[in-house]
Amino acid sequence: MSFARLRQIEPSSLVFGVLIIAMVLLVVGPIARLLLVSVQEAETGALTLANYAAAYGRPRYLGALLNSLMLGGTVCALGLAMALPLAWAVARTDMPGRNFTKIMVLGAFMIPPYLGAVGWMLLAGPNAGWLNRAWMWVTGAENGIFDIYTFSGLALVIALSSFPYIYVFVSSALELVSSELEDAASILGSGPWRTTLRVTMPLVMPAIIAGVIVCFLESIALFGTPALIALPARFTVVTTQLWQFFEFPTRVEVAAAYSMPLLVVTVALFGLQKLLLARKGYVAVSGKGGERRPLRLGAWRWPMFGYCFFVALLAVILPMIVLLQAAFAKAWGRGFALDNVTLRNFIYILFEHDKARASVGNSFQYGATTAFIAIGLALAVAYVVNRRLVRFGGVLSFLCMAPFVIPGIVLAIGFYATYAPPPLALYGTATILVLAFVTRFLPIAYANADAAIKAINPEMEEAVRILGGGRLTAIRRVVAPLLKKSMAGGWLLVFIPATRELSAAIFLVGPNTRVMSVLLYDLSEEGNFEQLAALGTVLLAITLGLSLIGFRVIGRDFMLRRGG
Amino acid sequence: MTLVGKTDKLILSGLTRRFGSFTAVDSVDLSLSEGEFVSLLGPSGCGKTTTLRMIAGFMPPSGGSISVDGKPLSGPGGVVPPERRGMSMIFQSYAIWPNMTVAENVAFGLTLRRLSRAEVRDRVAKILATVRMGHLSERYPAELSGGQQQRVALARAIVVQPAVLLLDEPLSNLDASLREEMRFEIRRLHDEFRITTVYVTHDQGEAMVTSDRIAVMNEGRIEQVDAPFQLYNRPRTRFVAGFIGRTNLVDAERRGGEVAFGGFVLPAERLHGLPDRDGPFTLSIRPEAIGVTAPGTEDARARLAATIAERAYLGDHWDYLAMVGSLRLRVQAPPRVAFETGSAVTLAVDPSDMVAVA
Repeated sequence: MSFARLRQIEPSSLVFGVLIIAMVLLVVGPIARLLLVSVQEAETGALTLANYAAAYGRPRYLGALLNSLMLGGTVCALGLAMALPLAWAVARTDMPGRNFTKIMVLGAFMIPPYLGAVGWMLLAGPNAGWLNRAWMWVTGAENGIFDIYTFSGLALVIALSSFPYIYVFVSSALELVSSELEDAASILGSGPWRTTLRVTMPLVMPAIIAGVIVCFLESIALFGTPALIALPARFTVVTTQLWQFFEFPTRVEVAAAYSMPLLVVTVALFGLQKLLLARKGYVAVSGKGGERRPLRLGAWRWPMFGYCFFVALLAVILPMIVLLQAAFAKAWGRGFALDNVTLRNFIYILFEHDKARASVGNSFQYGATTAFIAIGLALAVAYVVNRRLVRFGGVLSFLCMAPFVIPGIVLAIGFYATYAPPPLALYGTATILVLAFVTRFLPIAYANADAAIKAINPEMEEAVRILGGGRLTAIRRVVAPLLKKSMAGGWLLVFIPATRELSAAIFLVGPNTRVMSVLLYDLSEEGNFEQLAALGTVLLAITLGLSLIGFRVIGRDFMLRRGG
Repeated sequence: MTLVGKTDKLILSGLTRRFGSFTAVDSVDLSLSEGEFVSLLGPSGCGKTTTLRMIAGFMPPSGGSISVDGKPLSGPGGVVPPERRGMSMIFQSYAIWPNMTVAENVAFGLTLRRLSRAEVRDRVAKILATVRMGHLSERYPAELSGGQQQRVALARAIVVQPAVLLLDEPLSNLDASLREEMRFEIRRLHDEFRITTVYVTHDQGEAMVTSDRIAVMNEGRIEQVDAPFQLYNRPRTRFVAGFIGRTNLVDAERRGGEVAFGGFVLPAERLHGLPDRDGPFTLSIRPEAIGVTAPGTEDARARLAATIAERAYLGDHWDYLAMVGSLRLRVQAPPRVAFETGSAVTLAVDPSDMVAVA
């Protein structure tokens, strides 16, 4: 009896090989290269600590680090002041306009941060800004009182785009706290306010801290908003300082050394967050334990809504109104008059300005390619890991999730260090942008793919195989059709942020690969706000349109899902 | 070397599966003749599903071999993948593909066998009629009840006329009354198509209704393979006696031509499966094989004086706990045989209903 001819080895080692190579190219390589470059002499490659000396040798550079820390702290304080009342009012009270508030928070979440920043430049630019003009008109003063080009201005603008991170964590925790826990306090004689402050809020404390951590990390890793506001204000933060190391002559090795605090802080804080959220016993969110009754606010209903409306006004309504006004204006300073309305800016951006027109196409093309590759790769890894087709599958899934703790700007420097030098010399190509985007959004893709694969009972495929179909038949006829819907959602969840990504793009684009977000930044340097606003409106319309499709496909909360 | 009979269809020999240091299936030998229906019956974790998955080819054995029609399928040298074994299987979850209609589900295996479109349509219609699902052929699985999905799974598995049909606890997700009905449905389909079948279950009722023979598994080993009647009345091990139905396990001892237990002595000749040599062994006596009478009643059976210690009336029978000295015996008696707790009774047992078990 010869068993040898029956030998049927599934080509699992081959699959593992291909996937691990992809992971090395996308994740391991750039990060390893980043670490290596930071301790190498640029010319000779000899080991040295000189880059670190250069990166931290000047008070100005150290000041930027300090600025970032202070900025993160201030943003979190402002973010808490916005997110906590809103989350509590929406999740636990009978405040009117709860849906409106939800939609506004979602809006703040979807608007690219740098567009909000542009809006605020129009609102609170010294003297010419709308708020300043309103102030002067009301009080008759000669000068405005607001100046966005300050540290506090920057902190406010970032907080207005980052507070939804805290909101998402806190509101989902609040929605799970049972009213019985509050009733237990009330029956002992505690009033509603005391109960809220002493019982409800402490219960969701881990969620608050988790949200603050994300908010902090997002703020210090942000490039667009500081570039638009801090640079004209003549102060630097970590990300803008990194950008300056990239200006001619490019000093990648110093930038690599300088990015280490950002990387270390991010990894450490996400580690802390994971520990916090793992302590389930503390959060009394069993989900069981009866109904959740809204707290009656009584006379406070409308004041509470007033506050929510005020936040919405600052975060979404005002910046978007002035952005739209500028986009459709001949000159934005001339105001809302009918004879000031024109489509000229859009025609110019979409048809006449070669770079702008190309950038719209580029954003779509790169975003779509990124989404296809990221989802494809994530599905392949999720499939072989969940079906245990390869050994050491855990390594693959870990690597897929690893970019989650790497700030986009640090990732970009790693990609630059890895792929820009010869022999690959990919700097300025579409390839390097798409690869960096794929890595950046791989965790989103993987989280979705993993959940989708887990939802498919392996017996579905075994039924195909026992009837005579190979594994590929099973994937084609059963797995793929079942994944279609959830993967359309996953595709959008990658595509949307990829079309608006700035911090990873700005370090890697060349003259022919400029994407919308980068071009927006270019236009802001030229100071042409009408065209800038028009391009921003195009970008916003695309994001909104796609998100609406996303709501249809996956449900309304799809962007606000925790960890999604 | 296993002797391979001419009619043996599926042969497992020395089949073993280890997970690390744990042996899930421990050198299992089993042969099924053409058209035979055999159940693997045992508690959860006994290795029955692992055995089935090795037969299907989803899992390579750590040792031993599997062959069908004399052709080796799994062995130390390699494993034929499931799709080339010509078998079919019914899964615990039914695994009906939700993206295909009932008809498409059933036609799937036929299409893979490259049958003509007309023939596929023909055979699908015929099998759906057989499982009484013809009127629902254009439905999607989400629109079907559990029982209907089960019928689709049966049709899908049978329509390809597999060499061997495997069923993995197919009724465990159905409610009790439906389970009862589907047992007979499965046996009816077997009588109609005569496909060699391996059926995994932990439910002895299912196994007894459906099977020609039952292989009782415990801790990775087959304890006994026999027809349901034999298995119940002539269990060979304590485990089989206890797992199939209820029984009294009594310490006994053989002394030459006699058997002693609980202070009584019986002639040995009518007992089954007695050990060859003198010494202690275990006797299995089914509760319903013991008669309860008032003291002093005479008949030809062995007699034991006893006291009723506990009783429960269950409608169709009495459940007594009788004490014979220090020996506790469960006794099942007809409803009219009523004795108060504490009454003295005589128990009567026919020695041919006593079985020595290992």
